[in-house]
Amino acid sequence: MVAGLGGGYRERMTWLNKARDWRPTLHVLAGMAAGAGVGAVLAGLVVIWLAAIWSLIDGPVGGWELAVLYSAVALAGPALLLWAVRGFGTLQRARFRALLGVEIPAPPRGAAGNWALRPVRAWRAPATWRQLGYHLLALVGGTAGGALVAACWSAPVLAVAYLAGRLGDGRRLGLGLGAAVLAAAMLLVAPRVARVVARADEAAGRALLGPSRGEELAVRVESLARSRAEIVAATDAERRRIERDLHDGTQRRLVSLALHLGMARASLTDAPEPIRQVIEQAHDEATEALAELRQLVRGLHPAVLDDRGLDAALSGIAANAPLPVRLRVDVPTRCAPGVEAVAYFVVSEALTNVAKHAGASHAEVTVERTGDRLRIVVSDDGRGGATLDGGGTAANGGGTGLRGLAQRAAAVDGTLAVDSPPGGPTAITVELPCGS
Amino acid sequence: MRVVIAEDSVLLQAGLTKLLTDGGFEVVAAVTDAEALLRAVAEHRPDVAVVDVRMPPTHTDEGIRAALVIGRQYPEVAVLVLSQYVEERYATDLLSERTSAVGYLLKDRVAHVADFLDALRRVAAGGTALDPEVVAQLLVRRRTDPLDRLTPRELQVLKLMAEGRSNNGITEALRVSPSAVEKYVSNIFTKLDLAPTDTDHRRVLAVLKFLGG
Repeated sequence: MVAGLGGGYRERMTWLNKARDWRPTLHVLAGMAAGAGVGAVLAGLVVIWLAAIWSLIDGPVGGWELAVLYSAVALAGPALLLWAVRGFGTLQRARFRALLGVEIPAPPRGAAGNWALRPVRAWRAPATWRQLGYHLLALVGGTAGGALVAACWSAPVLAVAYLAGRLGDGRRLGLGLGAAVLAAAMLLVAPRVARVVARADEAAGRALLGPSRGEELAVRVESLARSRAEIVAATDAERRRIERDLHDGTQRRLVSLALHLGMARASLTDAPEPIRQVIEQAHDEATEALAELRQLVRGLHPAVLDDRGLDAALSGIAANAPLPVRLRVDVPTRCAPGVEAVAYFVVSEALTNVAKHAGASHAEVTVERTGDRLRIVVSDDGRGGATLDGGGTAANGGGTGLRGLAQRAAAVDGTLAVDSPPGGPTAITVELPCGS
Repeated sequence: MRVVIAEDSVLLQAGLTKLLTDGGFEVVAAVTDAEALLRAVAEHRPDVAVVDVRMPPTHTDEGIRAALVIGRQYPEVAVLVLSQYVEERYATDLLSERTSAVGYLLKDRVAHVADFLDALRRVAAGGTALDPEVVAQLLVRRRTDPLDRLTPRELQVLKLMAEGRSNNGITEALRVSPSAVEKYVSNIFTKLDLAPTDTDHRRVLAVLKFLGG
């Protein structure tokens, strides 16, 4: 029993000492003060603004200075009010953060534009009206809630004061006892009342002071789009780097190797047959390795693509395809570098696919820019039956190459369509936003 | 014949110098960037300059631009441009400035020593040498198709003409008789509506003009 009481007492003492448990009360009390103060200032601003407008309509009495002053107030009122609404919103969010540990992100401010139009746009934004709504709510509900919590905590003091006034008045003893019991009960539930009020305030704050769900999603989409663009750019940069490294390193060594083997082959005409054969084979293999490496690197990211654009770069892959390719490019102004890189990759991969799987005798590549769209069509007269998903026949490689192309196009908000009836012909159409 | 080499890889510069010296050329200067190339050409007035495309500082098309400058300022100096990739667009640029004593080849071609030295001599003597890859790139651009009227053999001969080869060169490359080559050439000119020409050089120009247009 004693132990139980002691335990309860200790529990209560730690409970009282825990700062965390005082926080709802502090938050609510601060909210009462802030709500009243903010409400008063905002109401004052509105009243001054309306008075200025009214005076202008009514015809200002007095000197021209007054008319100027009224006009200035009438014009500056909305901007000042906006500034106050947002500033107090920031203040209230700081209160949530400092006293309740609740982080409410600021709502989006909207894109910067013409400075004169900015207040108009801000007043049309729902976020502004939500914040104003919170300030009105805080003025009414916040002060009421704060008063309730304050009353609960100070109930014993009030009761003592009440009873002191009635001292010696025997008839009122019952009333005094009732007041004491009520005060004790109020003190006991005070923390819970503070928590409930704080929770209601938090719900209102989250709904009105922060970004709405749509605005949150918009921010998220924007950050995702940005990170995706960064990944695409990083991939391009990586391809360029590999191309440069191979150009400056391995390719040069191979050229030098082939050159020296070529000189040996040319000068050792009277060497014994076995030696000549070895040198000839080494020379042939070196030149073949050089050609293969050149093909591979050309598919990565040719320097001419940065230097002269898509049109200039495409003839290289069209000419190197193992089947006759007709190339038509009509791109009067260049697209963004990332888009050019994707377009180049699409043509390169599509032609590789045609060569591997289509059994075609001719292919045609057309690239056109209309407005902000870059349209790439790679067609062939092969056996058709190509699909985007893996369900195709063995003849078209199960579509894995096309899936990769579609992903690459989608990474820059492009689309890919496949038209490939069995028996052919096949046309792959890729459309990309030009991005510049 | 006197040669200036511009190549920023020391390894390849040494290889080329040895190749050309062994081939009977005199390498009067070997430099590593376009500015030094222009100075060397001004100083030595070589018969031919062998120029790499990607050189410091930007490693893009310095060699092509230097070749254009040489073409304007020293028309008597022949230029052979070498590159690890050939680009039809660079070829068009080169040919727009000068159509004689100019060449544009893949670096790979130096491995075939005799062919390479032949091409260099041809360029130094005022002819042209275009890489087969460049010719192939020019061909993919053709739309209206008189080319479809050519037989596969005639198309081969057309490509060799575009590379800058003479009748002898074509005869050797295809291993056919000189009279057969003459017949192919005249067929091609008839089918493509080109005016017949007597010199190899004018013939190259006619073919390139056809491909380029």
